[in-house]
Amino acid sequence: MTLNYSKKVMENFLHPRNMGKIENADGVGKVGNSVCGDILNLYIKVGKKKIRGKLIEYIKDIKFQTLGCGAAIAVSSMITQLAKGKTLEEAEKISNKDIVHELEGLPPVKYHCSLLGADALHLAIKDYLSKNKHEK
Amino acid sequence: MKIYLDNSATTQVDKEVVKAMMPYFSEKFGNPNSLHEFGRDAREAVENARKKIAEMINCEPEEIIFTSGGTESNNLAIKGLIGEKKHIITSKIEHPSVLETCRELEKQGYKVDYISVDKEGIINIQELKRKISNNTLLVSIMHVNNEIGTIQPLEEIGKICREFGVLFHTDAVQSFGKIKIDVKNINIDLLSASGHKINAPKGVGFLYVKKEIKIKPLVNGGGHEKNLRSGTENVPGIVGFGKACEIADKKMKEKEKIKKLRDKLIQELEKIPGTRLNGSRNLRIFNNVNVSFSGIEGEALVLMLDKEGIATSTGSACSSHSLEPSHVLKAIGLSDLEAHGSLRLSLGWENNEKEINFVIDKIRECVDKLRKISKNIEV
Ligand SMILES: Cc1ncc(COP(=O)(O)O)c(C=O)c1O
Ligand code: FES
Repeated sequence: MTLNYSKKVMENFLHPRNMGKIENADGVGKVGNSVCGDILNLYIKVGKKKIRGKLIEYIKDIKFQTLGCGAAIAVSSMITQLAKGKTLEEAEKISNKDIVHELEGLPPVKYHCSLLGADALHLAIKDYLSKNKHEK
Repeated sequence: MKIYLDNSATTQVDKEVVKAMMPYFSEKFGNPNSLHEFGRDAREAVENARKKIAEMINCEPEEIIFTSGGTESNNLAIKGLIGEKKHIITSKIEHPSVLETCRELEKQGYKVDYISVDKEGIINIQELKRKISNNTLLVSIMHVNNEIGTIQPLEEIGKICREFGVLFHTDAVQSFGKIKIDVKNINIDLLSASGHKINAPKGVGFLYVKKEIKIKPLVNGGGHEKNLRSGTENVPGIVGFGKACEIADKKMKEKEKIKKLRDKLIQELEKIPGTRLNGSRNLRIFNNVNVSFSGIEGEALVLMLDKEGIATSTGSACSSHSLEPSHVLKAIGLSDLEAHGSLRLSLGWENNEKEINFVIDKIRECVDKLRKISKNIEV
């Protein structure tokens, strides 16, 4: 049953995108699940781009390190793809449901792995914002 | 190339076994309880299998009760015992079919002690002795552990049980047909075994119950199997089990060959930095390897190896339903992180050196790949 993963999960697990660490990251999100023991570190680099004449902060680069199950690795790879290039405001809205949807589903026991990804992203953004207190 | 290294979960049914079973589906389809020739043929086949099994463990054929497998045998042994005494002793590393049965009895007012094991997985004999009291009904200790392959000192446990006058049950699902067992020598009162672990089909097993021991059935009905397990016998399954025993008896002599392959696996895997061997180096069944790799999760490794055509497991097939680290690895003192990084390889008679070399290379590759994903992660 554990091996009952979608093609998309397997593809992201076997060929994860955006793997690694960002030195001097602007924001870091570290999460873990104490039951299954899986850990995810997410790093973001924030840039500014002009949208309709306004300078908006966006996720310029994002990388992950994961010690976890196949689903956790696939989720990590997917969250980086979903978040890359998005404005912080957009990225904050990405939920674990979006990840599951993009991965074409996860087995029920593996649903919590998707929370790990969403939580890590939100924590990384929060970390950036807390270090850079300024009006949006 | 497809390589099967999960023989502790289940084995391939031997071709000879399939051949022996075939007639009992078709022309010899009779009910062994019928009086006509069809029935008599089926009865004869069932009794021949019983004889063969009895011979394997040095007991009388009447002492063998056919069941649906290891789980049922363990349930029957433990729940079926009749007695005034309400204390059971078992170990922390038993199969769930023993542990959950004991937990069920706890709910019914039994007291159960779960004996600890050392870092190799051997039960603490002193603790066992200390726990035995006037109220102790049964000691249930498995022969070979399904995850780490540790072999328990059954002779010693049997001796203690005899000395103290308590009954002794052993779950021999992982050892029957691989290690010679003599129930008289070891003083075993009840023994469970299962067909599908020794190249017979799934859904057949037996419980050995020493003649003078009274147990009550879990399944009531027409009084089959000396009234201990009602239901028309699984004739083809039993015939297959009997045949598999004959084959296992001969193959036991080939175990040096499998042991060599096993030792090569262990030796080569230990060369990967951050590897630990789980279980005992010496008191280990000849076909089991269980290792943990730091920085990776077992499931991811199993998944990756599966992609390469190599079938392995993280621990036991049952625990793939749960996220918790294995109770066996925890009992031998592994941290959660180490326990999550475990891989079990269980060899079968058909594995060869070429396969093992390929597996070693692939494991090295996959461990490398997964470690790149978790490189320098902060815990
Ligand atoms: C040690 C042990 N006991 C019991 C069982 C259960 O046997 P079965 O699958 O025949 O119910 C198994 C196998 O899963 C086992 O490894
Ligand atoms: S099993 Fe927990 S994150 Fe995958």
